[in-house]
Amino acid sequence: MTDQLSTVFGALADPTRRAILARLMDGDRTVAELNAPFAVSQPAISRHLKVLEEAGLISRRRRATARLSHLEAEPLRGATEWLAAYRRFWTESHERLDELLQRLLQEDQ
Amino acid sequence: MATTHIDASPGLPFIDMTREFAAPRELVYRAHTEPDLLAQWIGPRRLTTEVVRFDVRDGGAWRYVQHDTDGSEYGFHGVFHGDPSPDRIVQTFEFDGAPGHVSLDELTLDEHDGRTTVRVHSVFQSVEARDAMVAAGMEGGVEEGYKRLDELITQTLAPAR
Repeated sequence: MTDQLSTVFGALADPTRRAILARLMDGDRTVAELNAPFAVSQPAISRHLKVLEEAGLISRRRRATARLSHLEAEPLRGATEWLAAYRRFWTESHERLDELLQRLLQEDQ
Repeated sequence: MATTHIDASPGLPFIDMTREFAAPRELVYRAHTEPDLLAQWIGPRRLTTEVVRFDVRDGGAWRYVQHDTDGSEYGFHGVFHGDPSPDRIVQTFEFDGAPGHVSLDELTLDEHDGRTTVRVHSVFQSVEARDAMVAAGMEGGVEEGYKRLDELITQTLAPAR
């Protein structure tokens, strides 16, 4: 899980790959269709797709001679939960600080 | 019921945190700067915090070690920049296990109607450094987070460019 999360972050770190994912939100696309708006070569797009596939962010299947890329949402959900542990650390700290401040206020009275 | 708001925008090396406390600013400031008070709240309950040094002045060093129930220890240290005051505390933050990976924290305290809002703006050296720190959750897994950071940097810089 830990390794998958870092692979997902690695895949998301590139702006072209994020743009590819955004285009796949509208539906499945071939490499040629995905290549169209970008100023990079088709092999470069294919390499990006390979990174996304390894991160589990897309799946690919054949339709006739073309390969279609499909967006996989599940790993993105993991990535959006990345704040959870950090939030737990500070939420619990701040609850303890609340308690401490109330104790200190009572001692003052 | 007060809640801790944490904002970490994609692609930016910042974390912003806001929390309101039902206490005057002076008291909240003391809880952040007096070692015996800080040790009573920083971190989850299962961790015991030992404040080794807390020299609250311009250029003063701070350091605390958190002991986990399984015997693990996590040390953190840094330096105060500018004279800390109830208006503003600026300090660096660094995990012992990852020397050179430093964040800069600016903490401001605003009092209104006897309540105090604490805002913390943390600046990291890169988005990857921030993401590794956050993903690790600061909770025991910080070292693992920095290992992950190395992987992230390798993955980000290496292929597909």
